[in-house]
Amino acid sequence: MSGDHSDGAVARRVRRLETLLEEKGLLTGGELDETIDAFLSGASPASGARVVARAWTDPAYKARLLADGTAAVRELGFMEGAYQRLRVVENTETTHNVIVCTLCSCYPLRLLGPSPSWYKSEAYRSRVVREPRAVLAEFGLRLPDDTDITVWDSSAETRYMVLPRRPEGTETLTEEELAGLVTRYALIGTAAVQAVTTPAPSRSVPRPGRAAPPASPSPAPARSTD
Amino acid sequence: MSWVTDRFRPGTAVRTFPHDPPHHTRLPRYARGKRGVVVEPEGPAELADVSAQGRGDAPVEQIYAVRFEARDLWGEGDHHVVLDLWESYLAEVPDDER
Repeated sequence: MSGDHSDGAVARRVRRLETLLEEKGLLTGGELDETIDAFLSGASPASGARVVARAWTDPAYKARLLADGTAAVRELGFMEGAYQRLRVVENTETTHNVIVCTLCSCYPLRLLGPSPSWYKSEAYRSRVVREPRAVLAEFGLRLPDDTDITVWDSSAETRYMVLPRRPEGTETLTEEELAGLVTRYALIGTAAVQAVTTPAPSRSVPRPGRAAPPASPSPAPARSTD
Repeated sequence: MSWVTDRFRPGTAVRTFPHDPPHHTRLPRYARGKRGVVVEPEGPAELADVSAQGRGDAPVEQIYAVRFEARDLWGEGDHHVVLDLWESYLAEVPDDER
C-alpha cells in the first residue's frame, strides 16, 4: 500500500486542524512552527557531511560508525530519532551503496535534512531497486561494470546513510574542508564525492526517468557550507 | 525486550511470504515469495501490519536486514537489494531446497 505523495488534501486538513487547535486555545499562534523549527534545526546535509569527514580522518571512529551508526553519530551530537536505528553503509573500490524507500519516503532526515523531491518520486522509488546502474548513470554517476551495487530499501525502522569514498588528492585537507566536499547526493549514494567543489553554473539535475513528476526544478546538489 | 525471539542467524536462507494482505504491510510487493539471505538482526519493533490498523495489540518482533539477488527479484540484473523485514514475513528455506 505505497501511496502517492500528492499532499493537497492532507495539507488542507492540517491547516484546518491547526486553526481549530488555535481557536480552542490548545495551541498559541506559531507554536507549531516553533516546534517544527526546533525539530529541523541541525537537520541538514552538513551534519551527515561532518560524520563522513570524521570517519575519513579517524579510523577508530569509522570502525565505530560502521558497527553502530546510531551510537557513533550521537558521539558528534547528532540524534537520529528516539528509537530509529541508523546504519551506515560504506562504499569501496568494488562496492557501491544507494538508499531508497520504495513504500514511502523514509530517509535519515536528522542527518541529511529534508529529502530531495526526486527521492519521493514514483520513478526513483520504482526504478532504483530494479535498474540502479541505469538510474545512477542518469545522475551522472557511471560505475565500472564489475562494481557490486547494493540498494538499501528502508522498509522498517532503520535509516540508512552512505559513507562515500574519500576522493584522491584530498590528503592535505582538514576535516572541515573535507566535510565541505560531501554532498547530500553522495550521502544518498546517487553521486560520488569530488575532490574539488566546482561552482555549479545552473547545471540541470538529471531526473530519474520517464515518469518523473512535473515538480518544480530541483536545486543543484546541495553543498554543505559549514 | 528479551522475550523477542531471534530465530534467524546471519547467513540463513529465507523465503518471504507470498501473501497479499488486505491491510498495510511493509513487505513490498516486489519482494513477496522471494528467496534471500539474512544479513543481521536490526532490533525488535511492533509489527507495522497490526499497529497501522490502530490496534494496541501489535506483537513485537525481531526485524532482519535480508539481502536479495536482483535475479531472484526481477529475473535479471547483477545488483543486490537489502530490505528490512519483520520476522513473521520470513520462513527458513529447507536444506534440500537450497
